[in-house]
Amino acid sequence: MSGHHDHDHDHSELTETQLRVRALETVLTEKGYVDPAALDLLIETYETKVGPRNGARVVAKAWADPAYRARLFKDATSAIGELGYAGRQGEHIVALENTAAQHNMVVCTLCSCYPWPVLGLPPVWYKSAPYRSRAVSDPRGVLKDFDVTLPADTKIRVWDSTAEIRYLVIPMRPAGTDGWSEEKLAELVTRDSMIGTGVAKQP
Amino acid sequence: MNGGQDLGGMHGFGPVVAEPNEPVFHAEWERRAFALTLAMGMPGGWNIDMSRFARENRPPGEYLAMSYYQIWFAALESMMKERGLVADDEIAAGRSMHPAKAVTRVLSPDDVLKVLHRGGPTERETNTRPAFQSGDRVRAKTINPPTHTRLPRYVRGHVGEIERVIGCHVFPDSNALGAGENPQWLYTVRFDGRELWGADGDPTLSVSVDAWQPYLERA
Repeated sequence: MSGHHDHDHDHSELTETQLRVRALETVLTEKGYVDPAALDLLIETYETKVGPRNGARVVAKAWADPAYRARLFKDATSAIGELGYAGRQGEHIVALENTAAQHNMVVCTLCSCYPWPVLGLPPVWYKSAPYRSRAVSDPRGVLKDFDVTLPADTKIRVWDSTAEIRYLVIPMRPAGTDGWSEEKLAELVTRDSMIGTGVAKQP
Repeated sequence: MNGGQDLGGMHGFGPVVAEPNEPVFHAEWERRAFALTLAMGMPGGWNIDMSRFARENRPPGEYLAMSYYQIWFAALESMMKERGLVADDEIAAGRSMHPAKAVTRVLSPDDVLKVLHRGGPTERETNTRPAFQSGDRVRAKTINPPTHTRLPRYVRGHVGEIERVIGCHVFPDSNALGAGENPQWLYTVRFDGRELWGADGDPTLSVSVDAWQPYLERA
């Protein structure tokens, strides 16, 4: 897929898409199939409320609270639900633990499956052909694109989200964070570290 | 279908380029196309597997040249047109010109958060037992349906190991055709990188897919 923010994109084609979307929304509203206020709320929800801060809170809690961590690896959907995150594109979640021995990375080679309740909507690169084609065959090359180099003997496990199971990577907790609060720990958790294309920030 | 969506293992797309501080949407039309797609699921009456098939079912060159929300929007238009919910002349004119079809339910603002929070779980009760157990060696079947399937080409014909019996889930290959949910046992199947990619594969790599029982045979 092309990134639509590419500047070499045909401008007239973009304008045509804009007009077509507006036209369809008008038609659907006139027919009574959609309520524009519901559309506004859907957009507001994913633009301001559901995003990777949710996942960061899950990860920080797993780092700080051993009982929560145990529940998360046993039944992530339920443990994540304890924090109020659930539903669409996160109906069945599995948490994956990154360790020095194994690094997990998540992809959807067939479309754009992504754990919305904890990470929000996927970034363009996650849905793009370069990531979807190479994550399963050359994950170290992909990691290099993200300036991440893993030790040569670290095993790499790639999870292709081909069904309705959504995967959340729990990155390794950075050293030097003993005794930190969950709030402070959450600031170290990046979106990419929960996909497996990054690692947590160092304090 | 062996379409432009089945990208695992292809070459030539270049590096992954992440956009720093990427916004959730890049244009107003993306916001509206996203919301229209979600909101129309209810009155439209299609399921997620039909939506996925509507997105991938186009010439690969076209699929690869479109942005993701362009694909979503094109699929939304085609699903609505197929069901007679909207017509080309209406989209061209930007106004309703034919009587609306009766729809079961419209998404109201009061329902948005409830509907999102509920989602669409795909696990189903069953009185059957899974044919495979963790540790079993299985081969992903060589299949080439021209219709929707979730078994990517890069694992077909290859041998892996059942890592987890997930549960009994709606079978997309049936559901996408409107042939019912036909729930089937679903497994996480792990393949060695060398099994998939031969000597070109990273020796430290393993890859898993979640595969329904009809995709698998004992190896």
